[in-house]
Amino acid sequence: MPVTVRTFANSGEAAAALSSDRSARYLGGGTLVMRALNEGDTSISTVVRASDQALTRIDATGSRVTIGAGVTFARILAERDLAFLHAPARSIGGPAVRNMGTVGGNLFAPVPYGDFTVALLALDATVSIQGGLGSRDVPIEEFLQSRERQAGTLVLSISCQKPGNTEAFRYRKIARIKPKGGSVITLAAHLPVSSGRIVGARIALGSMAPTPLRARAAERALEGRSLDAATIGAAAAAAAEGTSPGDNALASAWYRREIVGVHLRRLLLGQE
Amino acid sequence: MSKTALQFHHNGRDVAIFVDGGTNLLVALREQIGDMTPKFGCGQGGCGACSVLIDGELHLSCLTLAEAVAGRSVETLDGIKDGPNLHPLQRAFAENFAAQCGYCTPGMLMAAKALLDRNPSPGRAEIVEAISGNICRCTGYEPIINAVLAVASGDRARA
Repeated sequence: MPVTVRTFANSGEAAAALSSDRSARYLGGGTLVMRALNEGDTSISTVVRASDQALTRIDATGSRVTIGAGVTFARILAERDLAFLHAPARSIGGPAVRNMGTVGGNLFAPVPYGDFTVALLALDATVSIQGGLGSRDVPIEEFLQSRERQAGTLVLSISCQKPGNTEAFRYRKIARIKPKGGSVITLAAHLPVSSGRIVGARIALGSMAPTPLRARAAERALEGRSLDAATIGAAAAAAAEGTSPGDNALASAWYRREIVGVHLRRLLLGQE
Repeated sequence: MSKTALQFHHNGRDVAIFVDGGTNLLVALREQIGDMTPKFGCGQGGCGACSVLIDGELHLSCLTLAEAVAGRSVETLDGIKDGPNLHPLQRAFAENFAAQCGYCTPGMLMAAKALLDRNPSPGRAEIVEAISGNICRCTGYEPIINAVLAVASGDRARA
């Protein structure tokens, strides 16, 4: 069924068009919205696009990086200053999907997709959004908790602090097919260390709930401790607490709960 | 619902068509321009059969809004041969038995071309990564990887 396509030069106008029409969806890279149209999703009658250059800007020179919502995963991979995000960017799709899919769109990707968002959740990213009433910054966790209601808001950019060193941020996507495959589970950990102790641990899990979520019990097990075998064991044992994974063709909910602690232990030990 | 005028470069030729709102590039190429080389596989971005190059970058035409290629250059399998001569990748696919049913072949060739245009001598791992978004249910991939390796290792000059 044909839809109305509205293209704006300015993200503010696009946001206004989006917020005033319940059946409008913002089209970024196309991997979610065009797929929905191909599948005959009749809830979409208007597609909103913006050619605003600000949406594809990357500012990665300082200690805090800001990535426009329209930046593709291929561009993340081409940016040396974003090396800490290369593993999550590389874990998405094949090359064509990485040339199309965007950081902003990934925030909306349902299970088993949305791996990049898992990394951003562990990094405590801030999502800059524009609704009908202006723009504001929202912590990514809050954004994800209300994702169902965010279809009418336009994501402008995502920002986060660069991890202190390469050991402090770890990411792993568990897939059955190499090198490309859907996520069985996805894990990301931000482990800042101060005087030998972990301060402000954040563990994020993908495919363990309808949206990426934090493993708070595992975080508590790590907080204020050194990363030794006993601490890692306690974190791994608590990994599934508070999660609500579902069954899909890639794995069952039972299997996901069984393996999440195993993979968290390996991630924390730095094992392959 | 009104139609939108769309102009772009298709395999080096300027084309102008009218599209319905929301039409994807694959439908525009096949049904309006008559280029049947990109295939419809899944319509979800999972199979790669519809792969084309847009401004030299590999894209999935079924997930590309046709209007989004206005003024841009779209290259499909139909455009890679040189007159009556097959592209070196096409010859290598034939010589290495890299096509059986052939449905994935146009997408595989475009994914391989995107790689070789950027990196003329990739290793095996780079080839595997480059075709990782393209599904083949016949060959088991090995003959495809070998065909691309054959071109990458210099058979291209002789082809």
